Amino acid sequence: MRLLLEKRREPSRTMLVLTPVLSVIVIMVLGIIIFDGLGYDGQQAVWELFFTPVLDVYKWRDVASKAAPLILIALGLSLGNQAKIWNIGAEGQYIVGALGAAGIAFATQSMTGFWIIPLMIITGMVCGALYAGIPAVLRTRYGVSEVLSSLMFVYVSLQLLSYLITGPWKDPDGHNFPQTAQLTDAQLLPHELGDSGIPPGLLIALIATILFYVLVARTIFGFSVRAIGEAPHAARYGGFSSNGIVWATLMISGAMAGLAGVLELMQLTRLNLGYPSGYGFTAIIVSLLGRSHPVGVFIAGIVLAITYVGGQVAQTVVHVPNATAGLFQALLLFAILASDLLVRYRVRLSVSSSPAKGTRP
Amino acid sequence: MSVTPRLELIDVSKRFPGVLANDRVSLSVKPGEIHALLGENGAGKSTLVKMIYGIQSPDSGSILWEGQEVRIPHPRAARRLGVGMVFQHFSLFEAMDVLENIALGLDSAVSRKQLDAEIRLVMEKYGLKLDPRRQISTLSVGERQRIEIVRALLLNPRLLIMDEPTSVLTPQEVEDLFKTLRRLASEGCSILYISHKLHEIVELCERATILRGGKVVATCDPRKETARSMGEMMIGSDLREPARGQVSVEGPVRLSVNRLSLPKPDDFGVALDEISFQVKGGEIFGIAGVAGNGQNELLEALCGEHLSDEADTIQVDGSSVGRSGPSDRRKLGLCSVPEERNGHAAIGAFSLSDNAILTARSRMGFETKGFINKTGADGFAANVIKTFAVKTLGPASLAGSLSGGNLQKFVMGREIMQAPGVLVVSQPTWGVDAGSAAFIHQALIDLAAQGSAVVVISQDLDELLRLCDRLSVINLGKLSSPRPVGEVSVQELGLLMGGSHGTPTVDAGGPHAASA
Repeated sequence: MRLLLEKRREPSRTMLVLTPVLSVIVIMVLGIIIFDGLGYDGQQAVWELFFTPVLDVYKWRDVASKAAPLILIALGLSLGNQAKIWNIGAEGQYIVGALGAAGIAFATQSMTGFWIIPLMIITGMVCGALYAGIPAVLRTRYGVSEVLSSLMFVYVSLQLLSYLITGPWKDPDGHNFPQTAQLTDAQLLPHELGDSGIPPGLLIALIATILFYVLVARTIFGFSVRAIGEAPHAARYGGFSSNGIVWATLMISGAMAGLAGVLELMQLTRLNLGYPSGYGFTAIIVSLLGRSHPVGVFIAGIVLAITYVGGQVAQTVVHVPNATAGLFQALLLFAILASDLLVRYRVRLSVSSSPAKGTRP
Repeated sequence: MSVTPRLELIDVSKRFPGVLANDRVSLSVKPGEIHALLGENGAGKSTLVKMIYGIQSPDSGSILWEGQEVRIPHPRAARRLGVGMVFQHFSLFEAMDVLENIALGLDSAVSRKQLDAEIRLVMEKYGLKLDPRRQISTLSVGERQRIEIVRALLLNPRLLIMDEPTSVLTPQEVEDLFKTLRRLASEGCSILYISHKLHEIVELCERATILRGGKVVATCDPRKETARSMGEMMIGSDLREPARGQVSVEGPVRLSVNRLSLPKPDDFGVALDEISFQVKGGEIFGIAGVAGNGQNELLEALCGEHLSDEADTIQVDGSSVGRSGPSDRRKLGLCSVPEERNGHAAIGAFSLSDNAILTARSRMGFETKGFINKTGADGFAANVIKTFAVKTLGPASLAGSLSGGNLQKFVMGREIMQAPGVLVVSQPTWGVDAGSAAFIHQALIDLAAQGSAVVVISQDLDELLRLCDRLSVINLGKLSSPRPVGEVSVQELGLLMGGSHGTPTVDAGGPHAASA
């Protein structure tokens, strides 16, 4: 008896939806085994990590405020994924977006007006887009892989952030701490929408999800992005410019990361060395777990946000290490990449003993 | 006659998800016999030979090799038995030389010097001309095929499988190949010859097994049949090749190409060298040539994938489009079908409806202010499927799930039903079964009759001679002067086609010396 892999004639739609769910279940089981092996209570650790944030109403706000930036960034990345343009540098665009908004904040420190917040948001998005434009130039003019260049520019942005907050933008009243001054009331969004407990970022993420859905499914631009990703040669024959798509997808994902950066800045009210949170990297997992589909990304963003919040809970309750949430996120990435196999192949149990049965990929 | 067959298949079946590719196929090949395997696309020929060569294994039935039942789990086992195979698509490394490529395909390591000697011996014996030290990228397709043949012959095969070997050869190269094959057969090597060119089978083979829908429908002696009668057995109904009556073309010039030159797109491409021709409305213009002489580059230049430096080099109904991209050219009525169906003419992972959007969106109005008109695209795709008799479940089927011939019918239908003023097609019936080919030919003739200018780029001379009013030959990126079809012989065209890169074989009748 042996397991056979058979190539499917058409990729399975069921598996496309089912495998992300399976992946989450698989890593829960793996988590129990790993933490038991390390001498913790594995079952409880997984319970606290995945279920407490869902069942405890007081954790919902935390989950929502962590989900918003993940969803916003991942929506942009998903567009690029579909064109097979891999922006790994969303973290950098997120930081530069926040820096752009912070620049506006300094210039408007003594002013009030309804226009300040929109201006900060737009500036942040433009800065994120321009920052993502650097890998786009390198790719379209010099053939440099955007995977490497976008990642490398994350480290440039980290240096830029630490230069600004330890130098020119340091808070004069901050007791020499490396941080900026606090944003004024005219520069901050409310913490929640009315008394709903919903952070404004989540509403923006929901609207963005709908917009991206329309963009991908209903417009010629979305069509061209998918065409380039599936068959670049055919897309060129269809009249789509591959360089144009590189520019568009990188700059849109940069703008979305910049938007997330501004909203996060408004949550935290100031920039400090702890500001780079890794959302830009985690969003890559979100976009893959969500199968690069806007609705999938929205759900995946909430799942990953749960692991962040649950990681903290598990730390205090089960005393698992700080790295727990990151460990689960990495496991999830592995599981989702591996499960892609099931989309394109079917697994069959063979009872025949024929040695000739091995099906070639 | 009680000679033990070299190879015998008894009731061999193979099922793939959703399709029975071979249904109790039986077949026997005698020693020294040249046996044809005939059938439409999707009839199960490829699956059958893949099982003989150990790439796939049968679900049931048995394979007998010289009377003994055998199991062939992988190609290495097939080669050990003495089965050699020459594939339709070559697997050669462009940047390496002939010797290195052959060495890479061997199961055991042989020293370079010894291999060189062995190769020369085989080539001498079978009259194959080839320098083992030449780099692949400098070789013609015919020469590349010779490498594959040598690679198979080095193992002293007792059964050689040839998969559509002549589709890329000049008439002279075909003659050379047939000599080699007859020589091999006379020494006792059996040959299983897969082709859809019926007149070749009549000329070469002693027996033919005809497959249809995965089943054997007939076994015959091709020497006692005609191409037509075998064609009818293959498709199971009357075969009507469309005839093109003598038409006098007096329409306006719709496509004008003026001294079009383009540098080669990459190291292994071909540069276009001052190509000029005009095609009138109602005319079918043919471009013959051996693969890899600039056909793809010319198609991409005409389609707009590669822009030329000056706008005047290509004119459609008087508008200069040399600097315009594919979408703008389509709006002006210049449509095209490239050679490669899956991945160039169509996107396999997209539905047929989405593939309609790919090229028909502006002419057929599937695009309004950047939004997709899905209903329109579905309707158009359904119409193409119906009009061109595409076998598929409907517009939502993935293009990649269609057989080659069906996808080609869809792609041709998609372009023709946009009523283009100028249509440029490359290899319109390559690897397409006889029935579908006749259908596509008729559609091209009808399009021209409606006043469109049609350009057919093809390696199939028969096809061009049947369809076209005038013909040119492309060789090394240069186009010969157009000649009316009635005034030019196959031999003459063969010489113009040359056949060897680097050294044009004719001087007197060379591309620019020939005049209409």
